[in-house]
Formats: sequence, C-alpha cells, structure tokens
Amino acid sequence: MNDSLSFEPPKAGSVVGQPVNRIDGLAKVTGQARYAAEYDLPGLTYAALKTSTIAKGRITRIDATAALREPGVLAVLTHENLPKMAQTPNTLAGKYAIYGMHMGYMPMTGDEIFYAAQPVAVVVADTFERATQAAALVQVTYEEARPVASYQSAQAEVFDPNGQGFVFDLKKVTRGNPQAALAASPVQVKATYVHAINHHNPMEPGATIAHWEGPDRVTVYDSTQAVAMSQQSLAVVLGLPQEQVRVITKFIGGGFGCKFNLWPHTVLATLAAKAVGRPVKLVLTRQLMFTSLGHREDQEQTITLGATQEGKLTTLIHEKTSTTSPWDIFAEPNAAILNWLYACPNYESSHRVARANVMTSTYMRAPGESPGSFAIECGLDELAAKLNLDPLEIRLRNYADLDSGTGQPWSSKGLKECYRRGAELFGWSKRSRQPGVTRDGQLLVGWGMATASYPVRPAQGRARVRLYADGHALVQTSATDLGTGTYTIITQVAADGLGLPMDRVRFELGDSTLPTAPASGSSVAAATVSSSVHLAIQDVWQRLAAMAVRDSQSPLFKAPLTDLTNEQDRLVLRKDPSKGESFAALLQRQGLTDIEGVGNSKSGEGFEADQLAFDNKPGTKQTKRSMYSFGVHFCEVKVDPDLGTVRVSRWVSVMDGGRILNPKTARSQIIGGAIMGIGSALMEATNRDEYFARYTNADLAGYHVPINADIPDMTVEFVDGHDPYVNAMGVKGIGEVAMVGSVAAVANAVYHATGKRVRSLPIIPSKVLGRDAV
Amino acid sequence: MNNFTYTPTNSAKEATRLRRETPAATYVAGATTLLDMMKVNLVEYPQLIDINELPLRGIEQTREGLRIGAMERMSDVGEHPVVVQQYPAVSESLLLAASAQLRNMASIGGNLLQRTRCGYFRDGAFPCNKRVPGSGCPAQQGDHHGLAILGTSTACLAQTYPGDLSVALAALDAVITLENAKGKQRRVPVTSFYLLPGQTPDRENILEPGELIVAVTIPAAPHAQRSTYLKVRERTSYAYALASAAVGLEVQGGTIRSARVALGGVGTIPWRSPEAEKILTGAPATDDTFRVAAAAALRGAQPREHNGYKVALAQNTLVRALQKVATP
Repeated sequence: MNDSLSFEPPKAGSVVGQPVNRIDGLAKVTGQARYAAEYDLPGLTYAALKTSTIAKGRITRIDATAALREPGVLAVLTHENLPKMAQTPNTLAGKYAIYGMHMGYMPMTGDEIFYAAQPVAVVVADTFERATQAAALVQVTYEEARPVASYQSAQAEVFDPNGQGFVFDLKKVTRGNPQAALAASPVQVKATYVHAINHHNPMEPGATIAHWEGPDRVTVYDSTQAVAMSQQSLAVVLGLPQEQVRVITKFIGGGFGCKFNLWPHTVLATLAAKAVGRPVKLVLTRQLMFTSLGHREDQEQTITLGATQEGKLTTLIHEKTSTTSPWDIFAEPNAAILNWLYACPNYESSHRVARANVMTSTYMRAPGESPGSFAIECGLDELAAKLNLDPLEIRLRNYADLDSGTGQPWSSKGLKECYRRGAELFGWSKRSRQPGVTRDGQLLVGWGMATASYPVRPAQGRARVRLYADGHALVQTSATDLGTGTYTIITQVAADGLGLPMDRVRFELGDSTLPTAPASGSSVAAATVSSSVHLAIQDVWQRLAAMAVRDSQSPLFKAPLTDLTNEQDRLVLRKDPSKGESFAALLQRQGLTDIEGVGNSKSGEGFEADQLAFDNKPGTKQTKRSMYSFGVHFCEVKVDPDLGTVRVSRWVSVMDGGRILNPKTARSQIIGGAIMGIGSALMEATNRDEYFARYTNADLAGYHVPINADIPDMTVEFVDGHDPYVNAMGVKGIGEVAMVGSVAAVANAVYHATGKRVRSLPIIPSKVLGRDAV
Repeated sequence: MNNFTYTPTNSAKEATRLRRETPAATYVAGATTLLDMMKVNLVEYPQLIDINELPLRGIEQTREGLRIGAMERMSDVGEHPVVVQQYPAVSESLLLAASAQLRNMASIGGNLLQRTRCGYFRDGAFPCNKRVPGSGCPAQQGDHHGLAILGTSTACLAQTYPGDLSVALAALDAVITLENAKGKQRRVPVTSFYLLPGQTPDRENILEPGELIVAVTIPAAPHAQRSTYLKVRERTSYAYALASAAVGLEVQGGTIRSARVALGGVGTIPWRSPEAEKILTGAPATDDTFRVAAAAALRGAQPREHNGYKVALAQNTLVRALQKVATP
C-alpha cells in the first residue's frame, strides 16, 4: 500500500522537537526501573568468576575441593565440565556463524590462557557471598609463559593485516597520488599521536540472569545494547532455534559500545544455569569490567599533511599501529574520517597491528572517528600554527562541498552554520593568534576547536503500533534505551503521529519477542526506531483509511485514498479537513477494539524514501548521497604551568544531527560525548604492565573518569534540520558525533595555552610539565 | 570475601581483649579501606572487631594542643571551626581527600592506617613485597608513574600512606596516642609512626599487635595557624596526590621565624623536610628562599624512568604552598 500517505516527512508536531522530560526519569530515581540484575526469580542462584592470574600459559590443574566443601555451593564449572556449546567463535567459521560474538575465543573451552583475568572457572552458589568466597578457594595451577603486552613491546611482531581485519577490513586505501602530491607540497606537517587504552566504564556493569524455562528454552536478562543480535547469537552458541531464546533488557546503565556484542560472561551465565538447573545471576565486578567487554585499543597514528601556502590541503597520509588479540585482527578504522572530513585530492591510509596477550578491543563511542579526529584535528591545528592561520579559518579553506572520498553530494551539511554559531557563542574572534600569551593570574589560558562528524550508518528495524478504540496506544520494538532517552523520544514520535497525548502511549522495548530492531549502537537507534514507529503509524492510518472509504457510514466513504490524510486523531480529506472522523468513531462502528500497524524502516544508504519521495520521479536519475552528522566543539582550558594541571573552563558545541526529536535528551547526549572526550584527553588511561600484560589500575580509583568538578557549564546548540534523504524521520543521529573532535579541541586548547604540543594522551601533569613535546 | 565473625564493642579494654584472644582479627571503624581490600581477598580476617562505639570522640583544645578522638569522622574534623581557623592545613587535607561519602564514613584513626594505592599491591595476581614478603616488586621496572621518589627501596616504591591528613599532621608535629591491651597509653609523633620500606615493606608502622589509635593531638603554634595544604592530582577531585605539600610559616617583618614542611605523594611515608625548614627558618620570605628550600627538600629524590616529573612537580607544589602562606 504505497499509494497514499506513506513516506511523507512527519509534520512538526506538538511534542516532537520539544524538551520533554524523560518519561522513565521518575522510575529510575525511585529505583522502580529494573535493570538486568534486578529480577528476583524464584530459586535464583549466584555465579562468581574465577579469572587467570597469568596472561599467557596453560592451566595444569584446577582443585575445586575446598570450594565445593563450602556451604551452598552448587557447582564449580571449569573447561573440564562446562556444558557443551553447539558453536564457539574459536574458528572463523564459528565466529561468522555466531555473528554477534566480537571476540574470536570463548574462554573455558580449553586449558590455554591467552590474556590476564581470562575466566577459568564459574562458581555457582545459593548466595552471592558464598559464590565469591568459593571462587577465591578454587586453586588453579598454571604453567606460565612470557606474554606480549602491546604493539610497543620488544617482542611484538607488527604486521600489515592487508584486508584481513574483522568487521573493519583494514585495507590500504589510496586516492590520487598522495606521495607525489606530498613531494610537491610547499608546506608539510608530519606528527605522531598516541592514544592510551580507554575503557568504557558504564555505571552499570555487565550483568546477566539466565533462566532455563525448559530443557530447550531460555530467557536471558542481560545488560546489552543489542537484544535481537544477542538472541540470535546465543541461539547459535546454544544450538537452539532462535525463538527458543528470549533476551530482555528493559534498562541499561550506559554501554558506550562495550555492551554492543555478546561477550563470554553472558554465555557462561547461561551455561551455568543449565548446569545447575536453576536461574543464575552473574554480575561483573568493577575490576572485571576491564577484562570482560573489550576496550579502546592502545594505538598510535602518524599523519602527514601536505598543503599550499594558503593552507589548502593537497594530501593526507595516515598510518596507524595498534594492539590486537591472539585470535582477532581488530582495529578501529581511524583513517575513514580523514577521507570525508575535508576537501583533499590525495589520500592514503594504512594499518599495522601486533598481536598481544590481551582480549580483543572493541567499539567505543565513535570507534575510529574519535581517535581519527584526534589526529586530523590536531594535525590541522599544527598546520594552521605553521602558516599563522586561525584554526577555524583553515577549516573553512578546506571545507568539503562534496564528499572527497566518493565525490558524492551530501544529504545535508549544516557544518558552516555550526562553525558560525559556535564561534559566535564562544567569542572565538577574540582569540590571540600567538600561543602561550593569555593569562589568568598564574594560569595560562588556551582556546581550541575541532570539527565533529559521524556517518548515518545503514540500519533497519521494525516496530508495531496497536491503536485502541479507547484512545490509547501500545508501541513495541525490541530496541534498547542505553539511558539516552529512547523511551522518551519514541513516545513523543508516537504521540504526534497518532494525535494522542504522550500519557496515552505506552512504549515497550528491550525484549526479543517484540518486533526486531537494530542494536543501539553506531548512532542508529533514534533514526531507525523513530522511523519504524512513524511508518507503523502510517500503516495504521492507511488501514483506517482503507476501512473508512469502504464504510458507507463514514463521511469519507468512496473518497480516493490519496486524498486522505490525518489531523491529530482524525482521518480527514486533505482538501477539506472539516470532512472526516476520529479513529475511535471509525473503529467503534467497525466493531473493532483496536487496529495494528507495522513499520519497517531503513535508515542511511538505501533508505526507500530517498528513492520514492524525492529522486524517483520519472525521467530523473537517482543520486547517491553521503550521509553524515556534523558539528564543532570549542574549548577553553586553564593550565597551571608550574603544576601541569589542565582544567576545562568553557565549552561550546554546535551540532547538525538532522531533526532533533528532543533538545533536552539530545543536549545530554552531546555533553556526555564531549565529557567522554575531555576524559580521554586529560585523564583516562588503562595501564598495562609490560612484563605481566596485566592492568595496574583496573578500578575506578585508578582509572580516572571526569567528575563534576572537572566539567564547566557547557553550551550546546543544534542546527536543526530535517534531512529528507536519511530516513523517514530525517534524523541523522548524535550519540557518537558528540565525542568526535572533542579530544582534539582540548588538546588544541592546551597547545594554545602553553605553546607546547602534547601528542600523547592523556595530557596529564607529567607531560605538560616536561619541556619537550610528548 | 572470606567468612568472618563481626563483634561490636564499646570499650577500648574490650576491644583489645578480643584482639588478644584472636590475634589474627582486626579492628574496623569506617571500613572504607578495609572493605575494598576484603572484597578482592587481598586481606582475610577471621574476625572484625567494630570499634565505632568506643568513646574515642571529641575535638577539644588541651594543654598539648587540639586533641582529636580517633573515631571522629574526616568530614566532621575537616569542617570543625577550630580546625578550619587554627589548623587550616589539617582542614584542607581532610576536605581535599576522597569523596564526600567516604569522608562521612572514614575515621581519623582509620585514615592514618589507609593502605597504599600501588596497583601491584591492589591486585593479588601480581607479586608484591608489601603484600607477600619476598615475592618481588614489579613497580621497579613497571608502572611507577605515580609512585614515590623519596624513601624508596629496591623492595618497594609505594606510598605506604597514600593520603593527605598524615602529611599535614607530620608537618605540624602532631602526636598519636596509642593504647595497648593492658590499657597502657604511649605517645608517638606522626613523623615516627610510619616505617620506611627498606627490605621489609610489609612492616608499615610501629603499632604493636592489638594496639589501638585513640587520639591525635596537634600542638597549637603560629605556623599551624598560618598553614595550608596544596594537592596536585590528575583530576580536580576524588584522586590521590601526585604531589602535595603541607606547610606552615610564622613570618615577622618579612623574616620567617618558624617553618614546617611536609610533602605527600612523593615519599613512601609522609615526608617531613627538615632540610627545607632549616633553609626557611630565619630567611626572608621570598620566592628565592622558597625555591632554595624546595630544592633542598627534593635533594635526596631518587626518581625512576617514569616518575622523574615528580621532582619538579613537588618543588613547584612546595613553592606554591609557601607563597600562599607567606602572603596572607
């Protein structure tokens, strides 16, 4: 039924675009919102993980005698007695079959130890305390070998993965003739930027309750960003039909990418529940959060820029080296953003990796784009300094009117307006050209800025809308709310589409029995879920319209379908909105208690509205467009030159994320991303001991994340706009673009304050104090 | 965490008697350090003797100075008007420490006994001479970016006391009152309480088995009234010091009459610097004097590969703290 109503861009409604408070806020602050570990099932038992004290070697003996003697202990599972899995990711074929397991090794499938704190036993007991103490009593004997700690280790073998990368192929990409262009460039900048290991550290740790409701049916309450993908992956691992596995995630206390995939602890909890025949709860300790859900890898990037005397880029060359695990070749694709961010005729990117005794690194907020932007945005700042150009001016001189990588036009690009408005809000025009000269008492003051951008990644998902004749609606999809406001924004979209007040709409998510939605990741959730709900509502109206025109009692009887539209809760004639009736009246007359619609949305490349509504007019050729969110961060820091401390004192972000569904939750997204960038820039680092390949600061006392006192009041604005090419709702996404560029904005401000370029993160006092560049 | 018995007590006599009966037991007050370590099985005690109800409260002015009961909480002491006005370094060291929640729980006695934050000590998978004597010290070659440069040994680089309060107490000549199982009390200066690691970093202080900290007394002095605590760290709050300085000066007509200097974050124990004090005393209260004093304070520093920055940082921290109290 594509002949009416569908694919119309949503009208500016009464609540979409309003700063509505979180509808789940009260439930959260009063403890009513139930997170994965908070389901009190009858007969619930508790699991604790025993993890390896070595990073490489072999288990020679596990003695569970003392543990099993403890009261209440139900099982001590090791690689010798763990229930069999139908599939593991230990082979490439297995990994592709499972799909959602990021790491190519399932612990406890053998006696080998590949990384520090690898799980070696799961202890299940009737209380949490008994389980943890029994785990401490399990005696594990190892044959220890010398591990490799990182790509920087003397024993590390660095190699070019040459397209063999997992998820990101890590192929060398060349456009134009980058080396020749460099040789011909009158101005050159070459610099190496080092990124520390970062951990996501969401407030809520990884947590699972697994409940086998029958011998071949399991429900898993899990803290995951990806309900549907977890269900599918678990089904393959367990050898069950997909519908026999149910995954439930009603609330998440943050994920940032570390809960995107299915990780071993969830599988271990599920197998443990099978072994003891009772529901099992497994909650990761904060320490285990550093070795259970991946991390952002240790890495360095060398960027080489060639430019004209006017500061126009002639070539961009990017080389990255990073650490990967013993089984996988995974690296964030940092260079990708360099290919589209600025106009540049020549480009080359290449990767090198080294295997080390670490778990596989994973996606962390804007994987690739965030560290990649650190390199290009600092590199451009260095180029501007060399040419004595304003950092904003050099970005305008290299403004990309087309996507350099593909030559395609943009679906929309509000970046110039972001620059203009951001500079105005920040007062950028008053910036001194000279670094190291602005003072506030004993402190040096510096201003920095950087561009942000993140793709509208292709995704699709389904939603179901059931509209009741009594004027209530139920909206369902298996999407997840990371804590970012999905519950709220989707309720807003549904309320507007159905012409109902928000409190008449109940939005359910986070259950694999609901219509399949994409994982909340890659900034696709708001775009895809809002679009699928919008389309499901269109489907409801179409069904109502079809009913009305066949109903002789209806004022719309025999009206052509294409003449109908909806206004609030009424179906009306487009040309004469006074003619029509409410859906309630129509349904009641039809003897229906409710009506249901389904929407399947596509977002990003391949989005059908692109073809149907705009480009697919007879005689016109469809144009492929590059789809990205854009934005800019401006940062002021104050540096104590004697003590080496850096504090952010002012911040302005202006973003183009397409349509902004709720400026209040959207603002929280932007400040959250920027704060994550401030953390990465100034304090976040996990230190891996070179000899033991084990972290030395794996807790929140040792791993510093910003606290309130580190963060000033932040100014956020949006360049609001509906992008008709990206999806039905015109939403481009903001979760990740928020972080891109923020690290560089801080680093550039530190340079401007001190005149010293710190190229190694985090920028801590020891690096600020030294005289040499680091 | 192992199974243990929990025994509340309400007198020092009872507490020390219980401890004599079970020498492997330990006292517990705010538990802010103890619980962290018990949860990861770094320490295992068969019995916790709760001393929170012991009558070791009170912040009172005595002939010897301000006497603070060991069971007073960090936040109460830090905000006490007499402490704020007459011992600002003590107040500041307390209020710049930990988080509001921890300060509300943690006792003064317990604060003096907090354990090192060295990552090798805090993870039982690593060797650590402090935790397992003779097992080794990976920090020597490994991650010692945050560790000490003064008072270190080939067996240990860790700050036995990583906190703030004892640094201020060491500077201001505070005395700790201890009580043993026989009810006998003795008084020990804070500067003699902690032991340098040497080859026995597991021995951290001079407490005899079962001995209780009952009070801390800080003498009143003009340099105590004109004192400050400056703390440098990687984030603005809720972090341990990379370097800190507790200083007190008595200045008359531009000349320093008396000076007290202690450093935190850079020594294996709170680092009182008689070298700096000697230079300051009788000298003009100028930046030049302060720089010379700071250089003297760090003369014995033995930085390693990754913590060389601490020499300059500690000197600058000390100079900045002295500048602050020199110009009231």
